[in-house]
Amino acid sequence: MMNSSISELELIARKIRGELVKISNKTHTAHLGSALSCVDILVALYWGTLKTDSKDPLNIDRDRFLLSKGHAATTLYVTLNMRGFIPNETYESFGQPGCLLAEHPIYKPSIGIESTSGSLGHSLSLGLGMALASKINKLSYRVFVLMSDGECNEGSVWEAAMLAPAHKLENLVAIVDFNRWQATGRSEEITSLSSLKEKFQAFGWSSYEVNGHDIKAMNELFSAIPDGSHKPVAIIANTIKGKGVSFMEDDNNWHYRIPNNDHVTAALKELHLL
Amino acid sequence: MREAFSKEIEKLAGADNRIIVLSGDIGNKMFDTFKSNYPDRFYNCGISEANMTSMAAGLAMCGFKPVTYTITAFNTLRCLEQIRLDVCFQNMPVIIVGVGGGLSYASLNATHQALEDIACLRVLPNMTVICPGDAWEVRGAINAALNLNGPVYIRLAKKNEPLVHDKMPDFEIGKGIIVKSGTDICFLNTGNTLPIAMKAAAKLSDSGISVQVVSMHTVKPLDQELLKDVFSKFQHVITIEEHSMSGGFGGSVAEWLSDQPQQKARLIRIGTPDKFMYEGGDQEYARQFFGITQDQIVARIHNLMKST
Repeated sequence: MMNSSISELELIARKIRGELVKISNKTHTAHLGSALSCVDILVALYWGTLKTDSKDPLNIDRDRFLLSKGHAATTLYVTLNMRGFIPNETYESFGQPGCLLAEHPIYKPSIGIESTSGSLGHSLSLGLGMALASKINKLSYRVFVLMSDGECNEGSVWEAAMLAPAHKLENLVAIVDFNRWQATGRSEEITSLSSLKEKFQAFGWSSYEVNGHDIKAMNELFSAIPDGSHKPVAIIANTIKGKGVSFMEDDNNWHYRIPNNDHVTAALKELHLL
Repeated sequence: MREAFSKEIEKLAGADNRIIVLSGDIGNKMFDTFKSNYPDRFYNCGISEANMTSMAAGLAMCGFKPVTYTITAFNTLRCLEQIRLDVCFQNMPVIIVGVGGGLSYASLNATHQALEDIACLRVLPNMTVICPGDAWEVRGAINAALNLNGPVYIRLAKKNEPLVHDKMPDFEIGKGIIVKSGTDICFLNTGNTLPIAMKAAAKLSDSGISVQVVSMHTVKPLDQELLKDVFSKFQHVITIEEHSMSGGFGGSVAEWLSDQPQQKARLIRIGTPDKFMYEGGDQEYARQFFGITQDQIVARIHNLMKST
Protein backbone atom coordinates (compact mmCIF):
# COMPACT_ATOMS: atom_id res chain seq x y z
CA MET A 1 0.00 0.00 0.00
CA MET A 2 2.79 2.41 0.81
CA ASN A 3 3.66 4.52 -2.22
CA SER A 4 5.89 7.03 -0.53
CA SER A 5 9.17 6.66 1.27
CA ILE A 6 9.34 7.38 4.97
CA SER A 7 11.24 10.62 4.43
CA GLU A 8 8.51 11.79 2.07
CA LEU A 9 5.87 10.92 4.65
CA GLU A 10 7.77 12.79 7.32
CA LEU A 11 7.86 15.83 5.05
CA ILE A 12 4.10 15.54 4.57
CA ALA A 13 3.66 15.37 8.34
CA ARG A 14 5.76 18.51 8.77
CA LYS A 15 3.73 20.32 6.12
CA ILE A 16 0.50 19.36 7.87
CA ARG A 17 1.87 20.64 11.17
CA GLY A 18 2.87 23.94 9.58
CA GLU A 19 -0.60 24.26 8.10
CA LEU A 20 -2.23 23.54 11.47
CA VAL A 21 -0.23 26.27 13.22
CA LYS A 22 -1.10 28.74 10.48
CA ILE A 23 -4.80 27.84 10.51
CA SER A 24 -5.01 28.18 14.28
CA ASN A 25 -3.36 31.61 14.06
CA LYS A 26 -5.49 32.78 11.16
CA THR A 27 -8.88 31.48 12.28
CA HIS A 28 -8.33 31.52 16.06
CA THR A 29 -9.13 27.82 16.24
CA ALA A 30 -8.20 26.21 19.56
CA HIS A 31 -7.07 22.62 20.28
CA LEU A 32 -3.78 23.05 18.41
CA GLY A 33 -1.94 20.73 20.81
CA SER A 34 -4.51 17.99 20.20
CA ALA A 35 -4.34 18.53 16.44
CA LEU A 36 -0.54 18.28 16.34
CA SER A 37 -0.60 15.19 18.51
CA CYS A 38 -2.36 12.98 15.94
CA VAL A 39 -0.74 14.18 12.70
CA ASP A 40 1.54 11.17 12.23
CA ILE A 41 -1.34 8.79 12.90
CA LEU A 42 -3.37 10.37 10.10
CA VAL A 43 -0.36 10.34 7.77
CA ALA A 44 0.14 6.63 8.44
CA LEU A 45 -3.55 6.03 7.76
CA TYR A 46 -4.12 8.22 4.72
CA TRP A 47 -0.77 7.65 3.02
CA GLY A 48 -0.34 3.95 3.52
CA THR A 49 -3.23 2.18 5.12
CA LEU A 50 -6.73 3.26 4.13
CA LYS A 51 -8.29 1.81 1.03
CA THR A 52 -10.11 4.94 -0.03
CA ASP A 53 -10.30 6.90 -3.25
CA SER A 54 -11.14 10.59 -3.46
CA LYS A 55 -12.58 9.94 -6.94
CA ASP A 56 -14.98 7.39 -5.49
CA PRO A 57 -15.55 8.64 -1.94
CA LEU A 58 -18.81 6.74 -1.41
CA ASN A 59 -17.56 3.33 -2.53
CA ILE A 60 -19.46 0.84 -0.39
CA ASP A 61 -16.33 -1.18 0.36
CA ARG A 62 -14.06 1.74 1.30
CA ASP A 63 -12.16 1.72 4.56
CA ARG A 64 -13.70 4.18 7.01
CA PHE A 65 -11.82 6.58 9.23
CA LEU A 66 -13.78 8.22 12.05
CA LEU A 67 -12.22 11.10 13.93
CA SER A 68 -13.83 10.56 17.28
CA LYS A 69 -11.67 13.25 18.90
CA GLY A 70 -13.47 15.87 16.84
CA HIS A 71 -11.52 18.73 18.39
CA ALA A 72 -8.63 17.74 16.11
CA ALA A 73 -10.83 18.53 13.10
CA THR A 74 -8.20 20.72 11.45
CA THR A 75 -5.83 17.74 11.18
CA LEU A 76 -8.57 15.85 9.36
CA TYR A 77 -9.37 18.79 7.08
CA VAL A 78 -5.73 19.40 6.10
CA THR A 79 -5.28 15.69 5.44
CA LEU A 80 -8.48 15.29 3.43
CA ASN A 81 -7.58 18.35 1.38
CA MET A 82 -4.09 17.03 0.63
CA ARG A 83 -5.59 13.66 -0.33
CA GLY A 84 -8.08 15.30 -2.70
CA PHE A 85 -11.28 14.69 -0.75
CA ILE A 86 -11.95 18.25 0.37
CA PRO A 87 -11.81 20.65 -2.59
CA ASN A 88 -9.50 23.66 -2.21
CA GLU A 89 -12.33 26.15 -2.24
CA THR A 90 -14.10 24.38 0.62
CA TYR A 91 -10.85 23.95 2.50
CA GLU A 92 -9.88 27.60 2.17
CA SER A 93 -13.25 28.75 3.47
CA PHE A 94 -12.58 27.12 6.87
CA GLY A 95 -13.24 29.58 9.67
CA GLN A 96 -15.53 31.79 7.63
CA PRO A 97 -19.19 32.12 8.58
CA GLY A 98 -21.32 29.78 6.50
CA CYS A 99 -18.43 27.50 5.55
CA LEU A 100 -18.96 23.78 5.17
CA LEU A 101 -16.24 22.91 7.68
CA ALA A 102 -17.07 23.65 11.30
CA GLU A 103 -14.57 23.54 14.17
CA HIS A 104 -15.73 19.98 14.79
CA PRO A 105 -16.51 17.71 11.82
CA ILE A 106 -20.01 17.40 10.40
CA TYR A 107 -20.87 14.14 8.59
CA LYS A 108 -20.32 14.49 4.85
CA PRO A 109 -18.92 11.32 3.32
CA SER A 110 -18.73 12.85 -0.16
CA ILE A 111 -15.74 14.87 1.07
CA GLY A 112 -14.39 12.12 3.30
CA ILE A 113 -15.94 13.17 6.60
CA GLU A 114 -17.33 9.85 7.77
CA SER A 115 -19.03 10.97 11.00
CA THR A 116 -20.09 13.93 13.05
CA SER A 117 -18.02 14.36 16.19
CA GLY A 118 -17.35 16.90 18.88
CA SER A 119 -19.12 15.21 21.73
CA LEU A 120 -16.72 12.53 22.86
CA GLY A 121 -17.40 8.83 23.13
CA HIS A 122 -19.65 8.41 20.09
CA SER A 123 -17.56 7.22 17.18
CA LEU A 124 -16.42 3.86 18.52
CA SER A 125 -20.09 2.85 18.66
CA LEU A 126 -20.76 4.32 15.21
CA GLY A 127 -17.72 2.41 13.97
CA LEU A 128 -19.02 -0.75 15.60
CA GLY A 129 -22.23 -0.41 13.60
CA MET A 130 -20.23 0.17 10.42
CA ALA A 131 -17.95 -2.79 11.10
CA LEU A 132 -20.98 -4.99 11.73
CA ALA A 133 -22.53 -3.75 8.46
CA SER A 134 -19.34 -4.82 6.66
CA LYS A 135 -19.67 -8.28 8.10
CA ILE A 136 -23.38 -8.66 7.34
CA ASN A 137 -22.84 -7.44 3.77
CA LYS A 138 -19.81 -9.72 3.41
CA LEU A 139 -17.56 -6.80 2.51
CA SER A 140 -13.92 -6.46 3.46
CA TYR A 141 -13.61 -2.87 4.62
CA ARG A 142 -12.13 -1.88 7.94
CA VAL A 143 -13.19 0.90 10.29
CA PHE A 144 -10.51 2.93 12.07
CA VAL A 145 -11.68 5.08 14.97
CA LEU A 146 -9.29 7.64 16.46
CA MET A 147 -10.04 8.56 20.06
CA SER A 148 -8.21 10.71 22.57
CA ASP A 149 -7.10 9.34 25.91
CA GLY A 150 -9.36 11.80 27.73
CA GLU A 151 -12.23 10.50 25.63
CA CYS A 152 -11.84 7.12 27.30
CA ASN A 153 -13.43 8.74 30.38
CA GLU A 154 -16.76 8.32 28.59
CA GLY A 155 -18.69 5.21 29.60
CA SER A 156 -20.06 4.63 26.11
CA VAL A 157 -16.51 3.81 24.93
CA TRP A 158 -16.53 0.83 27.25
CA GLU A 159 -20.03 -0.22 26.24
CA ALA A 160 -18.73 -0.49 22.69
CA ALA A 161 -15.53 -2.12 23.91
CA MET A 162 -17.58 -4.90 25.51
CA LEU A 163 -19.86 -5.55 22.56
CA ALA A 164 -17.40 -5.57 19.64
CA PRO A 165 -15.43 -8.68 20.67
CA ALA A 166 -18.68 -10.61 21.23
CA HIS A 167 -19.33 -10.26 17.49
CA LYS A 168 -15.71 -10.90 16.52
CA LEU A 169 -15.47 -7.59 14.70
CA GLU A 170 -11.88 -8.02 13.58
CA ASN A 171 -12.34 -5.17 11.12
CA LEU A 172 -12.89 -2.59 13.88
CA VAL A 173 -9.84 -0.67 15.02
CA ALA A 174 -9.73 1.66 18.02
CA ILE A 175 -6.69 3.91 18.00
CA VAL A 176 -6.08 5.93 21.16
CA ASP A 177 -3.98 9.07 20.71
CA PHE A 178 -2.39 8.68 24.11
CA ASN A 179 -0.77 12.06 24.73
CA ARG A 180 -1.40 11.88 28.47
CA TRP A 181 -3.22 15.20 28.66
CA GLN A 182 -6.84 16.14 28.66
CA ALA A 183 -8.37 19.62 28.79
CA THR A 184 -7.44 20.48 32.35
CA GLY A 185 -4.84 18.02 33.50
CA ARG A 186 -2.86 14.82 33.20
CA SER A 187 -5.26 12.16 31.96
CA GLU A 188 -3.79 9.49 34.22
CA GLU A 189 -4.34 11.67 37.29
CA ILE A 190 -7.95 12.56 36.43
CA THR A 191 -9.13 8.99 35.90
CA SER A 192 -7.35 5.68 36.12
CA LEU A 193 -6.24 5.54 32.51
CA SER A 194 -3.01 3.65 32.98
CA SER A 195 -2.65 0.25 31.33
CA LEU A 196 -5.10 1.12 28.58
CA LYS A 197 -3.61 -1.64 26.47
CA GLU A 198 -4.35 -4.17 29.20
CA LYS A 199 -7.81 -2.72 29.70
CA PHE A 200 -8.74 -3.32 26.07
CA GLN A 201 -7.09 -6.72 26.21
CA ALA A 202 -9.19 -7.64 29.23
CA PHE A 203 -12.29 -6.58 27.28
CA GLY A 204 -11.41 -9.09 24.56
CA TRP A 205 -9.51 -6.93 22.10
CA SER A 206 -6.27 -7.64 20.31
CA SER A 207 -4.19 -4.90 21.85
CA TYR A 208 -1.01 -3.16 20.70
CA GLU A 209 1.15 -0.28 21.77
CA VAL A 210 3.03 1.82 19.25
CA ASN A 211 4.99 5.04 19.02
CA GLY A 212 2.32 7.36 17.61
CA HIS A 213 4.97 9.43 15.84
CA ASP A 214 6.65 6.50 14.10
CA ILE A 215 4.88 6.48 10.76
CA LYS A 216 6.67 3.37 9.51
CA ALA A 217 5.81 1.33 12.60
CA MET A 218 2.17 2.42 12.42
CA ASN A 219 1.97 1.65 8.69
CA GLU A 220 3.16 -1.87 9.37
CA LEU A 221 0.77 -2.35 12.25
CA PHE A 222 -2.29 -0.84 10.53
CA SER A 223 -1.69 -2.74 7.31
CA ALA A 224 -1.68 -6.06 9.14
CA ILE A 225 -5.31 -5.63 10.27
CA PRO A 226 -7.29 -7.90 10.56
CA ASP A 227 -4.53 -9.55 12.51
CA GLY A 228 -5.87 -13.10 12.39
CA SER A 229 -7.04 -13.11 16.01
CA HIS A 230 -10.72 -12.64 15.07
CA LYS A 231 -10.80 -9.85 17.63
CA PRO A 232 -11.24 -6.11 17.22
CA VAL A 233 -7.94 -4.30 17.41
CA ALA A 234 -6.98 -1.60 19.94
CA ILE A 235 -3.85 0.43 19.32
CA ILE A 236 -2.49 2.64 22.04
CA ALA A 237 -0.45 5.22 20.16
CA ASN A 238 1.93 6.95 22.55
CA THR A 239 2.13 10.56 21.48
CA ILE A 240 3.23 14.00 22.61
CA LYS A 241 0.65 16.72 22.72
CA GLY A 242 1.82 19.63 20.54
CA LYS A 243 4.33 17.35 18.79
CA GLY A 244 6.67 18.98 16.28
CA VAL A 245 6.86 22.45 17.77
CA SER A 246 9.27 22.45 20.70
CA PHE A 247 7.59 25.18 22.71
CA MET A 248 4.21 23.50 22.39
CA GLU A 249 5.30 19.95 23.11
CA ASP A 250 3.78 18.48 26.24
CA ASP A 251 2.56 21.94 27.31
CA ASN A 252 -1.16 21.69 27.91
CA ASN A 253 -1.64 25.44 27.60
CA TRP A 254 -1.82 24.79 23.87
CA HIS A 255 -5.09 22.96 24.33
CA TYR A 256 -6.76 26.36 24.14
CA ARG A 257 -4.00 28.86 23.36
CA ILE A 258 -3.87 30.52 19.92
CA PRO A 259 -0.43 31.12 18.38
CA ASN A 260 0.50 34.71 17.48
CA ASN A 261 2.51 35.65 14.39
CA ASP A 262 5.86 35.21 16.19
CA HIS A 263 4.82 31.75 17.33
CA VAL A 264 3.92 30.88 13.75
CA THR A 265 7.30 32.03 12.40
CA ALA A 266 9.18 30.15 15.09
CA ALA A 267 7.11 27.02 14.50
CA LEU A 268 7.57 27.09 10.73
CA LYS A 269 11.33 27.51 11.17
CA GLU A 270 11.45 24.50 13.47
CA LEU A 271 9.49 22.48 10.96
CA HIS A 272 11.98 23.53 8.25
CA LEU A 273 9.18 25.12 6.30
CA LEU A 274 10.72 28.58 6.23
CA MET B 1 -48.82 -3.42 21.45
CA ARG B 2 -45.43 -5.10 21.74
CA GLU B 3 -46.67 -8.31 20.12
CA ALA B 4 -48.10 -6.28 17.25
CA PHE B 5 -44.73 -4.61 16.88
CA SER B 6 -42.73 -7.85 16.88
CA LYS B 7 -45.09 -9.57 14.44
CA GLU B 8 -45.19 -6.61 12.08
CA ILE B 9 -41.44 -6.05 12.07
CA GLU B 10 -40.90 -9.72 11.37
CA LYS B 11 -43.27 -9.54 8.42
CA LEU B 12 -41.58 -6.41 7.08
CA ALA B 13 -38.09 -7.83 7.55
CA GLY B 14 -39.04 -10.61 5.15
CA ALA B 15 -39.62 -8.06 2.41
CA ASP B 16 -36.73 -5.71 3.16
CA ASN B 17 -33.33 -7.09 4.07
CA ARG B 18 -32.13 -3.69 5.25
CA ILE B 19 -34.29 -3.98 8.36
CA ILE B 20 -32.21 -4.90 11.39
CA VAL B 21 -33.38 -5.15 15.01
CA LEU B 22 -31.18 -4.16 17.95
CA SER B 23 -32.47 -5.05 21.38
CA GLY B 24 -31.37 -3.71 24.74
CA ASP B 25 -31.55 -7.12 26.38
CA ILE B 26 -35.33 -7.44 26.38
CA GLY B 27 -37.96 -9.19 24.29
CA ASN B 28 -35.93 -12.32 23.82
CA LYS B 29 -38.78 -14.80 23.36
CA MET B 30 -40.82 -12.27 21.41
CA PHE B 31 -38.20 -12.25 18.66
CA ASP B 32 -37.53 -16.00 18.56
CA THR B 33 -38.89 -16.50 15.06
CA PHE B 34 -37.31 -13.27 13.84
CA LYS B 35 -33.98 -14.54 15.11
CA SER B 36 -34.29 -17.93 13.51
CA ASN B 37 -35.49 -16.46 10.20
CA TYR B 38 -32.96 -13.64 10.07
CA PRO B 39 -30.04 -14.60 12.31
CA ASP B 40 -27.77 -11.88 10.95
CA ARG B 41 -30.36 -9.16 11.47
CA PHE B 42 -31.08 -9.40 15.18
CA TYR B 43 -28.55 -8.28 17.78
CA ASN B 44 -28.93 -8.22 21.52
CA CYS B 45 -26.73 -5.24 22.36
CA GLY B 46 -26.88 -5.83 26.09
CA ILE B 47 -27.86 -3.22 28.63
CA SER B 48 -26.11 -0.33 26.94
CA GLU B 49 -28.53 2.02 25.24
CA ALA B 50 -25.96 4.67 24.38
CA ASN B 51 -23.83 2.22 22.43
CA MET B 52 -26.88 0.59 20.86
CA THR B 53 -28.18 3.92 19.57
CA SER B 54 -24.88 5.04 18.03
CA MET B 55 -24.35 1.56 16.64
CA ALA B 56 -27.75 1.80 14.97
CA ALA B 57 -26.68 5.11 13.43
CA GLY B 58 -23.48 3.45 12.19
CA LEU B 59 -25.51 0.67 10.56
CA ALA B 60 -27.80 3.27 9.00
CA MET B 61 -24.75 5.09 7.63
CA CYS B 62 -24.01 1.85 5.77
CA GLY B 63 -27.48 1.52 4.26
CA PHE B 64 -29.40 -0.45 6.89
CA LYS B 65 -32.73 0.47 8.47
CA PRO B 66 -32.09 -0.25 12.14
CA VAL B 67 -34.77 -0.48 14.80
CA THR B 68 -33.65 -0.17 18.42
CA TYR B 69 -35.93 -1.76 20.97
CA THR B 70 -35.95 -1.59 24.74
CA ILE B 71 -37.87 -0.08 27.67
CA THR B 72 -38.80 3.40 26.60
CA ALA B 73 -37.46 5.24 29.64
CA PHE B 74 -34.03 3.85 28.80
CA ASN B 75 -34.27 3.96 25.02
CA THR B 76 -34.94 7.70 25.05
CA LEU B 77 -33.58 9.58 28.05
CA ARG B 78 -30.63 7.33 28.81
CA CYS B 79 -29.22 7.84 25.33
CA LEU B 80 -30.68 11.23 24.47
CA GLU B 81 -27.40 12.67 23.25
CA GLN B 82 -26.77 9.70 20.96
CA ILE B 83 -30.26 10.21 19.53
CA ARG B 84 -29.69 13.95 19.18
CA LEU B 85 -26.30 13.77 17.46
CA ASP B 86 -25.76 10.39 15.83
CA VAL B 87 -29.36 9.87 14.73
CA CYS B 88 -30.99 13.30 14.37
CA PHE B 89 -28.10 15.63 13.49
CA GLN B 90 -26.76 13.09 11.01
CA ASN B 91 -30.38 12.52 9.92
CA MET B 92 -30.22 8.72 9.86
CA PRO B 93 -33.17 6.38 9.30
CA VAL B 94 -33.07 4.86 12.78
CA ILE B 95 -36.36 3.85 14.39
CA ILE B 96 -36.37 4.02 18.16
CA VAL B 97 -39.07 1.80 19.60
CA GLY B 98 -39.79 2.08 23.30
CA VAL B 99 -41.95 -0.36 25.22
CA GLY B 100 -43.58 0.76 28.46
CA GLY B 101 -44.71 4.24 27.44
CA GLY B 102 -46.20 6.44 30.16
CA LEU B 103 -47.26 4.49 33.23
CA SER B 104 -47.25 1.03 31.64
CA TYR B 105 -44.56 -0.07 34.09
CA ALA B 106 -45.78 2.15 36.94
CA SER B 107 -45.26 -0.46 39.64
CA LEU B 108 -41.52 -0.55 38.90
CA ASN B 109 -41.29 3.07 40.15
CA ALA B 110 -40.26 6.24 38.36
CA THR B 111 -37.15 4.57 36.93
CA HIS B 112 -39.41 2.66 34.52
CA GLN B 113 -42.09 5.31 34.02
CA ALA B 114 -41.82 7.40 30.88
CA LEU B 115 -43.49 10.75 31.37
CA GLU B 116 -40.85 13.04 29.86
CA ASP B 117 -39.82 11.16 26.72
CA ILE B 118 -42.17 12.87 24.27
CA ALA B 119 -41.02 16.26 25.49
CA CYS B 120 -37.35 15.40 25.09
CA LEU B 121 -37.61 13.77 21.68
CA ARG B 122 -40.03 16.11 19.96
CA VAL B 123 -37.67 19.07 20.31
CA LEU B 124 -34.99 17.32 18.29
CA PRO B 125 -34.80 18.56 14.70
CA ASN B 126 -35.45 15.85 12.05
CA MET B 127 -37.21 13.62 14.60
CA THR B 128 -40.74 12.26 14.07
CA VAL B 129 -42.65 11.22 17.21
CA ILE B 130 -45.43 8.63 17.03
CA CYS B 131 -47.52 7.36 19.95
CA PRO B 132 -49.89 4.68 18.65
CA GLY B 133 -53.27 4.38 20.35
CA ASP B 134 -53.71 0.64 19.92
CA ALA B 135 -52.08 -2.41 18.36
CA TRP B 136 -53.47 -1.61 14.91
CA GLU B 137 -51.90 1.80 15.02
CA VAL B 138 -48.61 0.16 16.06
CA ARG B 139 -48.66 -1.83 12.84
CA GLY B 140 -49.50 1.27 10.84
CA ALA B 141 -46.77 3.26 12.60
CA ILE B 142 -43.96 0.80 11.95
CA ASN B 143 -44.89 0.53 8.27
CA ALA B 144 -45.03 4.29 7.86
CA ALA B 145 -41.83 4.84 9.84
CA LEU B 146 -39.84 2.47 7.65
CA ASN B 147 -40.98 4.37 4.57
CA LEU B 148 -40.00 7.73 6.00
CA ASN B 149 -36.22 7.34 5.70
CA GLY B 150 -35.44 9.51 8.73
CA PRO B 151 -35.34 9.34 12.53
CA VAL B 152 -38.57 8.13 14.15
CA TYR B 153 -39.55 7.47 17.74
CA ILE B 154 -42.42 5.01 18.30
CA ARG B 155 -43.78 4.88 21.83
CA LEU B 156 -45.49 1.61 22.70
CA ALA B 157 -47.45 0.67 25.80
CA LYS B 158 -46.93 -2.97 26.84
CA LYS B 159 -49.25 -5.89 26.09
CA ASN B 160 -52.95 -6.74 25.86
CA GLU B 161 -54.24 -3.19 25.63
CA PRO B 162 -57.86 -3.00 24.39
CA LEU B 163 -58.21 -2.47 20.66
CA VAL B 164 -59.93 0.68 19.47
CA HIS B 165 -59.83 -0.01 15.74
CA ASP B 166 -61.23 -3.25 14.34
CA LYS B 167 -58.82 -3.30 11.42
CA MET B 168 -55.77 -1.47 10.18
CA PRO B 169 -56.82 2.19 9.91
CA ASP B 170 -55.57 4.51 7.19
CA PHE B 171 -52.37 5.41 8.93
CA GLU B 172 -50.46 8.41 7.72
CA ILE B 173 -47.72 10.12 9.74
CA GLY B 174 -48.94 13.54 10.83
CA LYS B 175 -52.62 12.82 10.17
CA GLY B 176 -54.96 12.33 13.09
CA ILE B 177 -57.65 9.65 12.90
CA ILE B 178 -61.20 10.56 13.92
CA VAL B 179 -62.35 7.46 15.80
CA LYS B 180 -65.64 8.89 17.06
CA SER B 181 -67.57 11.88 15.81
CA GLY B 182 -69.18 14.39 18.16
CA THR B 183 -70.40 17.95 18.32
CA ASP B 184 -69.80 19.51 21.76
CA ILE B 185 -66.23 18.91 22.75
CA CYS B 186 -63.21 17.24 21.17
CA PHE B 187 -60.73 14.84 22.72
CA LEU B 188 -57.33 14.78 21.07
CA ASN B 189 -55.60 11.71 22.41
CA THR B 190 -52.07 10.56 21.87
CA GLY B 191 -50.88 7.07 22.72
CA ASN B 192 -52.04 4.41 25.13
CA THR B 193 -54.81 6.45 26.79
CA LEU B 194 -56.94 6.08 23.66
CA PRO B 195 -59.19 3.39 25.22
CA ILE B 196 -59.70 5.65 28.27
CA ALA B 197 -60.61 8.56 26.03
CA MET B 198 -63.14 6.35 24.22
CA LYS B 199 -64.73 5.15 27.48
CA ALA B 200 -64.86 8.66 28.93
CA ALA B 201 -66.50 9.88 25.72
CA ALA B 202 -69.12 7.12 25.95
CA LYS B 203 -69.87 8.00 29.55
CA LEU B 204 -70.17 11.70 28.74
CA SER B 205 -72.54 11.01 25.89
CA ASP B 206 -74.79 9.19 28.42
CA SER B 207 -75.16 12.52 30.17
CA GLY B 208 -75.83 14.37 26.94
CA ILE B 209 -72.36 15.65 26.08
CA SER B 210 -71.33 14.73 22.56
CA VAL B 211 -67.61 14.09 22.32
CA GLN B 212 -65.47 13.73 19.22
CA VAL B 213 -62.41 11.54 19.75
CA VAL B 214 -59.33 11.88 17.57
CA SER B 215 -56.33 9.62 17.76
CA MET B 216 -53.43 12.01 17.31
CA HIS B 217 -50.89 9.25 17.00
CA THR B 218 -48.29 11.64 15.61
CA VAL B 219 -47.07 14.24 18.09
CA LYS B 220 -44.53 15.55 15.63
CA PRO B 221 -45.30 16.75 13.04
CA LEU B 222 -48.64 17.97 14.38
CA ASP B 223 -51.69 17.64 12.17
CA GLN B 224 -52.19 21.39 11.83
CA GLU B 225 -55.07 21.08 9.42
CA LEU B 226 -57.01 19.00 11.91
CA LEU B 227 -56.09 21.33 14.77
CA LYS B 228 -57.37 24.36 12.83
CA ASP B 229 -60.59 22.50 12.16
CA VAL B 230 -61.31 21.37 15.71
CA PHE B 231 -60.27 24.63 17.36
CA SER B 232 -62.64 26.56 15.11
CA LYS B 233 -65.50 24.11 15.54
CA PHE B 234 -65.67 23.05 19.19
CA GLN B 235 -66.09 24.91 22.48
CA HIS B 236 -63.40 22.87 24.21
CA VAL B 237 -60.50 20.86 22.90
CA ILE B 238 -59.00 18.47 25.43
CA THR B 239 -55.63 16.82 24.94
CA ILE B 240 -55.14 13.49 26.69
CA GLU B 241 -51.85 11.68 27.17
CA GLU B 242 -50.00 9.49 29.65
CA HIS B 243 -47.14 11.96 29.80
CA SER B 244 -46.25 15.18 31.54
CA MET B 245 -48.42 18.11 30.57
CA SER B 246 -45.24 20.16 30.28
CA GLY B 247 -43.66 19.65 26.93
CA GLY B 248 -45.73 16.67 25.90
CA PHE B 249 -48.49 16.45 23.35
CA GLY B 250 -50.68 18.97 25.20
CA GLY B 251 -47.68 21.25 25.48
CA SER B 252 -47.05 21.05 21.77
CA VAL B 253 -50.69 21.86 20.96
CA ALA B 254 -50.43 24.82 23.38
CA GLU B 255 -47.35 26.04 21.51
CA TRP B 256 -49.16 25.70 18.21
CA LEU B 257 -52.19 27.52 19.59
CA SER B 258 -50.14 30.47 20.82
CA ASP B 259 -49.05 31.12 17.24
CA GLN B 260 -52.61 31.13 15.88
CA PRO B 261 -55.13 33.94 15.64
CA GLN B 262 -57.83 33.81 18.36
CA GLN B 263 -59.63 30.47 18.16
CA LYS B 264 -63.11 29.50 19.26
CA ALA B 265 -62.09 26.56 21.40
CA ARG B 266 -60.31 26.69 24.73
CA LEU B 267 -57.50 24.16 25.22
CA ILE B 268 -57.55 21.90 28.28
CA ARG B 269 -54.60 19.58 28.84
CA ILE B 270 -54.96 16.25 30.61
CA GLY B 271 -51.71 14.55 31.48
CA THR B 272 -49.45 14.09 34.46
CA PRO B 273 -48.57 17.14 36.59
CA ASP B 274 -45.02 18.20 37.42
CA LYS B 275 -44.30 15.57 40.06
CA PHE B 276 -42.86 12.10 40.63
CA MET B 277 -44.72 9.25 42.31
CA TYR B 278 -42.74 8.11 45.35
CA GLU B 279 -44.84 5.02 46.08
CA GLY B 280 -45.66 1.59 44.73
CA GLY B 281 -48.78 0.87 42.73
CA ASP B 282 -49.84 -0.48 39.37
CA GLN B 283 -50.76 1.45 36.24
CA GLU B 284 -54.36 1.92 37.33
CA TYR B 285 -53.25 3.23 40.71
CA ALA B 286 -50.72 5.55 39.08
CA ARG B 287 -53.32 6.91 36.68
CA GLN B 288 -55.50 7.68 39.68
CA PHE B 289 -52.52 9.28 41.44
CA PHE B 290 -51.84 11.55 38.47
CA GLY B 291 -55.49 12.24 37.66
CA ILE B 292 -55.87 10.60 34.28
CA THR B 293 -58.45 7.84 34.86
CA GLN B 294 -61.70 7.71 32.95
CA ASP B 295 -63.71 8.86 35.99
CA GLN B 296 -61.37 11.74 36.72
CA ILE B 297 -61.53 12.89 33.11
CA VAL B 298 -65.34 12.65 33.09
CA ALA B 299 -65.56 14.62 36.35
CA ARG B 300 -63.24 17.26 34.97
CA ILE B 301 -65.36 17.69 31.85
CA HIS B 302 -68.55 17.99 33.91
CA ASN B 303 -66.95 20.76 35.97
CA LEU B 304 -65.77 22.45 32.82
CA MET B 305 -69.20 22.36 31.24
CA LYS B 306 -70.79 23.70 34.44
CA SER B 307 -68.43 26.65 34.59
CA THR B 308 -69.05 27.73 30.99
